[in-house]
Amino acid sequence: MKLRELAHARAGDKGNVSNISVIAHEVGDYAFLAEHVTAARVQAHFADIVKGAVERYELPALGALNFVLHEALGGGVTRSLSLDPHGKSLSSCLLELEIPDRQERRGPP
Amino acid sequence: MRTIRIGAGAGYSGDRIEPAVELAERGRLDYLVFECLAERTIALAQQARQKDPDAGFDSLLAERFNAVLRPCVANKVAIITNMGAANPIGAARAAAGIARDMGISGLKIAAVSGDDVTHAMRRRDLPLIETQGRLADIAGRIVSANAYLGAEPIVAALAGGADVVITGRVSDPALFLAPLVHEFHWAWDDWDRLGKGTVVGHLLECAGQITGGYFADPGYKDVPDLARLGFPLAEVREDGAAVIGKLPGTGGTVSVQTCKEQLLYELHDPARYYQPDVVADFSKVQFDQVGPDRVAVSGGTGRPRPDALKVTIGYCDGYVGEGQFSYAGAGALARARLALEIVAERLRLTGVVTTELRLDIIGVDSVHRGALVGSGPEPQEARIRMIGRTATLKDAVRIGNEVETLWLNGPAGGGGAWKSAREVIAAVSTLIPRFEVEARVTYEVT
Repeated sequence: MKLRELAHARAGDKGNVSNISVIAHEVGDYAFLAEHVTAARVQAHFADIVKGAVERYELPALGALNFVLHEALGGGVTRSLSLDPHGKSLSSCLLELEIPDRQERRGPP
Repeated sequence: MRTIRIGAGAGYSGDRIEPAVELAERGRLDYLVFECLAERTIALAQQARQKDPDAGFDSLLAERFNAVLRPCVANKVAIITNMGAANPIGAARAAAGIARDMGISGLKIAAVSGDDVTHAMRRRDLPLIETQGRLADIAGRIVSANAYLGAEPIVAALAGGADVVITGRVSDPALFLAPLVHEFHWAWDDWDRLGKGTVVGHLLECAGQITGGYFADPGYKDVPDLARLGFPLAEVREDGAAVIGKLPGTGGTVSVQTCKEQLLYELHDPARYYQPDVVADFSKVQFDQVGPDRVAVSGGTGRPRPDALKVTIGYCDGYVGEGQFSYAGAGALARARLALEIVAERLRLTGVVTTELRLDIIGVDSVHRGALVGSGPEPQEARIRMIGRTATLKDAVRIGNEVETLWLNGPAGGGGAWKSAREVIAAVSTLIPRFEVEARVTYEVT
């Protein structure tokens, strides 16, 4: 299944660094997300876009993960040649990530 | 316990006007804050000021003040904004002129300046944040350099009786933190409350992004009436506890989900959100839905402020040229790919020098790259986009021109040529000791 079935996301930019929050629709899915949506998996997912390291911060009380993607924005919004120089649409790209099926929960809450 | 009501009237320079008017008229606000200054905006404003000494502030300032000044004065709502951009003093003068034209007398408008450190930065050689470079590498091309001021000069202006405070570069959350410090007399080393106030500021600074804007995803996250999106207001208590809400009858939604998305927006380490006044800690923040479109926020805190201030430097960074062209129907993708090959070959043949060249097919791989590009059904239409970075404007112009020649020289059935060439003003950042920056407050009275 796609990450989109369990979580929503928003991307922000600071210089050449993108951050993407991944927030469980249901806080109860947080542990499952934390297990399967690792920094390494996000790094591999964005291998052709993100040139630097990927860090992950955990916010269990919010049921959320925050990914910080370095060298991700073609130099940053002020000099990137990308059609989406802020990289805002990367949030939706991340929700395309394949995660193991979680039969008891599908679709929006 | 006393409560202060702060509304967010704009989350970026071009934001909608009417939601701020609604807040001014019936929000029972104490303060209305307009955040209108993006990273690069101030460099462009500095260029405008070089051409005209009275210019260099937000181009929508007159429109916004004309819309909100009367209800704000009638309802005793103080205005705080960074619309001063590269010329806060000029902006205050312009705002005073608008107030006088309306017949509003006795209005005290403060200008906060001192963030402009352009002259100092031209002579310095400091390491840049986020790149391997140094300031000296771009010294001759610097357009602007502005330090992020904190809440202190805004608090000084409010203590000086200002009804309107207009700043240049100030940390965005500080625009909201300042009225809280002023009203509640929070100490400048009360890191816990400064942290809580920063949480509120961070949640409000993008205005509609917490009331359901930038949130809707049909079928997954539905939001009502985005065309009439209401902007947020916070009811903040003396102890820093706050409730985020919006006006009844406006569009959008304030939920725990919208608050979570905005809390993590443009955030790196949630435990260390560096601000001029405090290092805020968002890691223990909690949200509770306490009513329809009402969310309580708690758990923010902070630690001692950093010794350095961030400085954003705008500099000339060459040129970019761009061209676009569309294909449709059967074989659209193949013709689009052929068109890109042709233009790339033309740039080589005609000696257009690019330091970076990007070839996109919009709808296929303009956002997704490499393995992320799916292998779904072929699109019914494809728009090519070729964009390159050049050292000269002439070469930038030639990129768009070559795309345009696809009209008569490219594959069959193309249309919709579009081209542009522009100078790039890029932004980089560095850190300087805070004692090198001296904020000033001046006043205009109508």
